[in-house]
Amino acid sequence: MNCPLYIRSVPTQGELKFHYTVHTSLDVVEEKISGVGKALADQRELYLGLLYPTEDYKVYGYVTNSKVKFVIVVDSSNTSLRDNEIRSMFRKLHNSFTDVMCNPFYNPGDPIQSKAFDSIVSTMMVQAC
Amino acid sequence: AFFLCAGDQNLFTALYGSLTQQLPREPMEWRRSYGRAPKMIYLEANFVQFKEELLPKEGNKALLTFPFLHVYWTDCCDSEVYKASVKEDMQRWQAALRLHGSVDWLIAVVESDNKKKNKTNLLPRTSIVDKIRSDFCNKQSDRCVSLCDPLKESSRSQESWSSFLTKLRTLLLMSFTRNLGRFEDEMRTLREKRTEPGWSFCDYFMVQEELAFVFEMLQQFEDALVQYDELDALFTQYVLNFGAGDGANWLGSFCQPVRSWNGLLLRRPIDMEKRDLIQRGEASLLDLRSYLFSRQCTLLIFLQRPWEVTARALELLHNCVQELRLLEVSVVSGALDCWVFLSCLEVLHRIEGCCDRSQLEANTSHTVGLWTYATEKLRCLGDLCGLVSENGPNSEDLNKTVDLLAGLGAERPETVNSPQSPYKKLKEALSSVEAFEKHYLELSHAAMEMYKAIGRLRSARLVGKSLAEFYMRKGDPRSAENFLLDSLKSYVSESWSLPLTHTRKQIAECQKQLQKMDEYLQTSALLASDTNLSDDERRHFCQEILTFASQTAEDARVALSMSSFTRLQELRFRPSSALVHVSAALQLELRLCSLMPVPVTLEQISASIHFTQEQPGSTAQKRAAQNPDGTVTFPAASPASASASALELCEILEHSPSDNVLSSAGVACRNMHLLMRQNDSATSLDTPNTALTALTLEDGAQMLRASDVTLLPGNNSIVFTAQKPGVYTLRQLCATLGQVQFILPHLYPVVQYEVYSQEPQLSIQPLTEHLLAGLPQQVKFTILTGHYSVKKGDALQLSNTDSMPVLHSSTCSARILSSSAELLAESALSIQSSEKVTSISLPVTPPYHTLEFLLEVLCHIPSCPARMESERLTNGQISRRSRTRFNSGMTLIDQKVSVDCPWSIYSTLVSLTFHVPFKVKHSLLSAGRRKFIQVCLQNLVFRQQCVFSVWELRWSSVSPVSLHCVFSAAFAPADAPDAALKPYTYDFTLERVSVSADGSDLSRVCVAAFHLSLCDIYCLR
Repeated sequence: MNCPLYIRSVPTQGELKFHYTVHTSLDVVEEKISGVGKALADQRELYLGLLYPTEDYKVYGYVTNSKVKFVIVVDSSNTSLRDNEIRSMFRKLHNSFTDVMCNPFYNPGDPIQSKAFDSIVSTMMVQAC
Repeated sequence: AFFLCAGDQNLFTALYGSLTQQLPREPMEWRRSYGRAPKMIYLEANFVQFKEELLPKEGNKALLTFPFLHVYWTDCCDSEVYKASVKEDMQRWQAALRLHGSVDWLIAVVESDNKKKNKTNLLPRTSIVDKIRSDFCNKQSDRCVSLCDPLKESSRSQESWSSFLTKLRTLLLMSFTRNLGRFEDEMRTLREKRTEPGWSFCDYFMVQEELAFVFEMLQQFEDALVQYDELDALFTQYVLNFGAGDGANWLGSFCQPVRSWNGLLLRRPIDMEKRDLIQRGEASLLDLRSYLFSRQCTLLIFLQRPWEVTARALELLHNCVQELRLLEVSVVSGALDCWVFLSCLEVLHRIEGCCDRSQLEANTSHTVGLWTYATEKLRCLGDLCGLVSENGPNSEDLNKTVDLLAGLGAERPETVNSPQSPYKKLKEALSSVEAFEKHYLELSHAAMEMYKAIGRLRSARLVGKSLAEFYMRKGDPRSAENFLLDSLKSYVSESWSLPLTHTRKQIAECQKQLQKMDEYLQTSALLASDTNLSDDERRHFCQEILTFASQTAEDARVALSMSSFTRLQELRFRPSSALVHVSAALQLELRLCSLMPVPVTLEQISASIHFTQEQPGSTAQKRAAQNPDGTVTFPAASPASASASALELCEILEHSPSDNVLSSAGVACRNMHLLMRQNDSATSLDTPNTALTALTLEDGAQMLRASDVTLLPGNNSIVFTAQKPGVYTLRQLCATLGQVQFILPHLYPVVQYEVYSQEPQLSIQPLTEHLLAGLPQQVKFTILTGHYSVKKGDALQLSNTDSMPVLHSSTCSARILSSSAELLAESALSIQSSEKVTSISLPVTPPYHTLEFLLEVLCHIPSCPARMESERLTNGQISRRSRTRFNSGMTLIDQKVSVDCPWSIYSTLVSLTFHVPFKVKHSLLSAGRRKFIQVCLQNLVFRQQCVFSVWELRWSSVSPVSLHCVFSAAFAPADAPDAALKPYTYDFTLERVSVSADGSDLSRVCVAAFHLSLCDIYCLR
């Protein structure tokens, strides 16, 4: 499907660039998902790690078992965010996303408009800044 | 490792060749400290003549030139000579070693049979060795070894060689391990001091690199790489700390402005120039990073991990840019772009140099990042130096170019002769607009091809898009168009709205330059309705359409898709049944949501309709989409709802066949193929360019029109009126705005309405449940005028019958009702009767109205039902107008009324059924010889009441054979007791029946019976 369910960037100027970046990163996500010869243990691993670095940003990926993709882009100069922090951010996102999906009024495939999800994302972004 | 050899130099020189050859032949197991795994290593050695100045001084950090083992060579076999000179020499040697704390030494005694033969006063061979051992090897007898006839090819000699070499290796390794351990310890100590003032990273660098060199020499590339990686990490941490405000003063030297940006150099095993700079503490950050990476690269290639080189290279380049930014190092703008560009190509060259073609192709995913990065950087340089423009660089741009080229310096000797060197490429690319274009296109296409080859289509399109931007800047929209459309497709199919908007804006610009007006206007319409844009931008694109529309050129009609202009939300029929007769108003109200940012005045909105060849009324079931309230809701063409048709999920439980235990449980999607297909054929968002061809108006179609409509932004409602009779299906919508037509080529769901034409109808109905015969009864005449309009003088002609006269009174009036049963007028009726007809003049009534009036009729009750059959009409024919039948004890009279209507030449026959309100029974009763007639009159209308009348029969003379009787009863309705009605009569006949007895007593037995007409009488004998 690969249509965006939720995109948020802080600050909002230059948002377009991130949309391009995230969209392009799907290439690598798909490559990693379809990765042949992956060990069985790896297949359970939802965190895809660093998708690719750019001069200014680091792009990380995560994919749920139902192939819903999460992508986090952080400033390269932000060194406080190591692999572990990114992992836990993804886990939080995944949990909150699961809650959204459990909402009977949510129609799968629609853009996410959930206050709870919003606030989870906001707290993560505050931490990251 | 270094050996310092003392003693008999001639002897050593003779043996040197064999030694250096044979020493590395066999591996030794190297056990290491700190729990590191033991390794098998081959020892190579360099033998150097002993000089006291070669001994390492205190604090020496050089490992490579460190003498690991000292060997004293002697072939002395004469104890006198030994005592006289050799011993003394050895003592001096030992003293020198002790002075420098060197404990790794060996004394080699070479024995030769030749020598022995010549001398007579020789000590036995062993004794000289023993003597040396006792003199020097205090408890370390293994420090003195003998070598027999080394230059002879005998088994004894070989044996001796072998044990000698083993000893040599063991000692060397011992020394090596000890010295290396000490070195590492010292290095760690030095590293721990890094917080102390005066600590220098460069000094430390040199120390740890020494270790790396040693490992590299031992072919322990992994260990060597670790040393560089540690240095790399250490430096990185310092830079980060510096960024966090915790600066080390030695970093200052790395913060000097960048003066040279000639890129990485990976063609030398060790770049001594840069190494010297580091050693002198004069290296810039780029120097250090470049040197470090070149060493890592060399080692990784030794380790046959070229793909790690490319990954690390990309990381390094990104990191350097970041670090320079963090350290606020001043850099000429564009300098880093040069450095990165050259470095990318240098790494790629290096990798290409050590991999074959098939390997390279299989690992495109590892190199494509560098290609793209180089492409981006070249593009930045082009923008900076005015090479990406229609007019070429100006003088300011040229100055910048000169500055940048100056920082490249002279080409390095390694690449001077290579025509495709990164250096030459960059210089050439910056030299002219044409050269730049050539190189930029070459790189872009290479990157795109690579991305396509590995299936990264989005990345390929992004490169294509920046290529398109390049072409646009160059004023070549034709070349740009396809790249833009290609990337647009991918954003459309995956609904990425922001990139979609941005790309579409670029396409608009491109189409405008290409003068592709149809496409441009369609794109403009999409942009004008795009909420991602600012109001100003939207107004601009809307204005573009309006301006074009107001042009007068007749041939320039343009058809655009309506979906970008307005969204059809709802259609409402009034009346809600969507079914009206001709001349009634059927309104279609369209609810349109205008997506334009400003009010737009349309000359006309038309809906084309299609006449359907169907029987009127048969469309009802086809209007499933039409709600009972007359509305049709059109689904919003949002991508989510279009693609997200519901998943059909089912539960799947699999039991193992043997023991029926549940082996797996899951959920499967049944309509996967549909969902997947939708995903592929991606028509979720409007794709105007493909749809343009389908935007043709149906020729000659009938239209519903609304003129001069102003659509305000947001919701609007437009009313159409339909009048032509027939069943119609709505097909297309078209909004006309000057030269521009917005067309909605298909309306779905299917919407139909019907306008019907109706023949006038007359019906006559009883006002009450039953019509009663014998009483004046009111019947209701209803005329549905249909398409007929009742004119003045029109009249209904009723043929009179005797059995049912029309009773008319002057108070009779007619009501005129509209089709929605609204009372419009009431007017008096004039009724005229002649002998044969009753004529009723009708009031003027418009079509599709209802005219009602009441008329009183009286159906005579036939006095004797039997006689009715023979009643004849005046013209002699048997009357069919009135028929009497019996039904469940009631007598029914069917009366047919023939009416001539003004709209038809044929008479209308209306049938009315009257009920006879009475039932009469008569019976003959006997009491002895007396006879009585009993008549029972039953009222069927009111409580089934019965009235009995009894008469006695007496004859004054002989009783008649037949007696005709008439029973007559006057009656009146309870609510009008004074009404003068014709009495109800009942005829019957009594007949005498003579019964002859069969012989015996004729006179006594005489039973008389009267036969009653229409009654069954049984005669008994």
